[in-house]
Amino acid sequence: MIKVTNLTKQFGHKKAVNDLSFTVKKGEVLGFLGPNGAGKSTTMRVVTGFLPPTSGEVRICGLSMVDQPEEAKKKIGYLPESAPLYDGMSVRGFLRFCADMRGLSGSAKAEAVDRAIETCFLQTVYRQAIDTLSKGYRHRTCLAQALLHDPEVLVLDEPTDGLDPNQKHEVRNLIKRLGKDKVILFSTHILEEVEAACTRAVIVDQGCIVADGTPDELKAQSGSDSLYDLFRKVTTTDTAPAKASADA
Amino acid sequence: MRNTWSIFKRELGSYFSHPIAYAIIIVFILISLGLTFSFGQFMRSGDASLDGPFFFWHPWIYMLLAPAVGMRMWSDEQRSGTIELLGTFPLSPWAAILGKFLAAATVWLIAVGLTFPVWITANILGDPDNLTIFSGYLGSYLVCLTFLAITMLVSAFTRDQVVCLIVAVSICVFMVLCSYDDVIRELSNVAADWIVEPIVSIGVWDHFRSLMRGSFRVLDFVWFVSLISACLLGTSAILSAKRA
Ligand SMILES: Nc1ncnc2c1ncn2[C@@H]1O[C@H](COP(=O)(O)OP(=O)(O)O)[C@@H](O)[C@H]1O
Ligand SMILES: [Mg+2]
Repeated sequence: MIKVTNLTKQFGHKKAVNDLSFTVKKGEVLGFLGPNGAGKSTTMRVVTGFLPPTSGEVRICGLSMVDQPEEAKKKIGYLPESAPLYDGMSVRGFLRFCADMRGLSGSAKAEAVDRAIETCFLQTVYRQAIDTLSKGYRHRTCLAQALLHDPEVLVLDEPTDGLDPNQKHEVRNLIKRLGKDKVILFSTHILEEVEAACTRAVIVDQGCIVADGTPDELKAQSGSDSLYDLFRKVTTTDTAPAKASADA
Repeated sequence: MRNTWSIFKRELGSYFSHPIAYAIIIVFILISLGLTFSFGQFMRSGDASLDGPFFFWHPWIYMLLAPAVGMRMWSDEQRSGTIELLGTFPLSPWAAILGKFLAAATVWLIAVGLTFPVWITANILGDPDNLTIFSGYLGSYLVCLTFLAITMLVSAFTRDQVVCLIVAVSICVFMVLCSYDDVIRELSNVAADWIVEPIVSIGVWDHFRSLMRGSFRVLDFVWFVSLISACLLGTSAILSAKRA
């Protein structure tokens, strides 16, 4: 379970995340929706323990990310936004390193690496050097890394970004499948994804939650049965402040 | 401990999967042996001691080459975003800092170790004090580790390797020059003692020279170790301050 209470993250004077609270339970797939710059990635970085919160609390399966970071991090698999990888390693070498970091060794490590390679369809490239991979494979390699230790909680930052339609479809199905017995938080700005993969979604804008509900509830809220209209209604565009100051 | 070892293995592997480690090792051996047998006048000096002809050149070579090995340590990690993976794995920041530092130190241990033909030659030509030579190697390696630690600290500040290289080289060059005899002499002509002395004390020569000549002073050892620890502590502080 992920429990976030009154989370605020400030960079200098700028509040990237503003008093955010939400809970994701086992078996739930929470879609984190919002325009670019809404604070989705920042929230995920705090949830995964990469960034310390300015204030507020993050609990992963009851463990506080601030007080017991190492214990809490063990429960999480994380796919960062740009799918960072160590170029120069082979796909398998990279996954073995990540398995080491997760405390796996011996046959458990070999099994975990093989399973992740299979789940993410990396069989054809696992010997290849990472800097020679296409974008889709890079992305899936990083996703494989998040699944290695079969974590209870998955945090995926734009898992379908930069993939072709077939790959997007595969990843959405994977998320749906894994979501049955895990806690999943994933971010996107693609609206169809919400209906395709989420059990619940929140819309974030300028660091605050502006809508929360199942896909159907959200559609009902829009008044016109369209997520698109709701998204347009509750979020600010990044050209809005410029327009406002031009009007003044 | 296990995590430190895993990071160490990965880092060392990445040094040797790029040309960088090989290039540095070969360049270091060529330059240090070349200087020893040419300007160092090793063959003509009559005695078989190594301090003047061999170890004397090491700080000058390290000040340029050590940052080239260390510049990737954290800059690359920040540029490619892999620091986000390290930061979300269940490991203490110290495992990563130590693992990286030890891997770079190992690359240099190999480079310094491969200059052993000089030591063999000295023993063939004459009858050197091998304990003094060992002390010289120890001093030389400590200077190298100090420069690596400084480079690591600089690399925590920036995501740009080239910036890291330039800044780290500048600091190392300063540390070599500011305590070199000729420079001290020039400096004391133009500045008062109370300005010169603190500047000289930042330099490596005072501490390296005694080790190079075979006198082992606890004070020098403490100086090197505390400088290295301070840089590693600083790295940890900078990395966490950047996320706040
Ligand atoms: N390290 C940082 N320093 C300063 N500002 C940041 C930093 N990271 C993110 N921000 C700012 O926080 C806001 C939210 O960013 P982000 O969480 O990446 O949004 P999203 O992922 O929803 O597109 C943006 O305005 C961004 O410029
Ligand atoms: Mg983002």
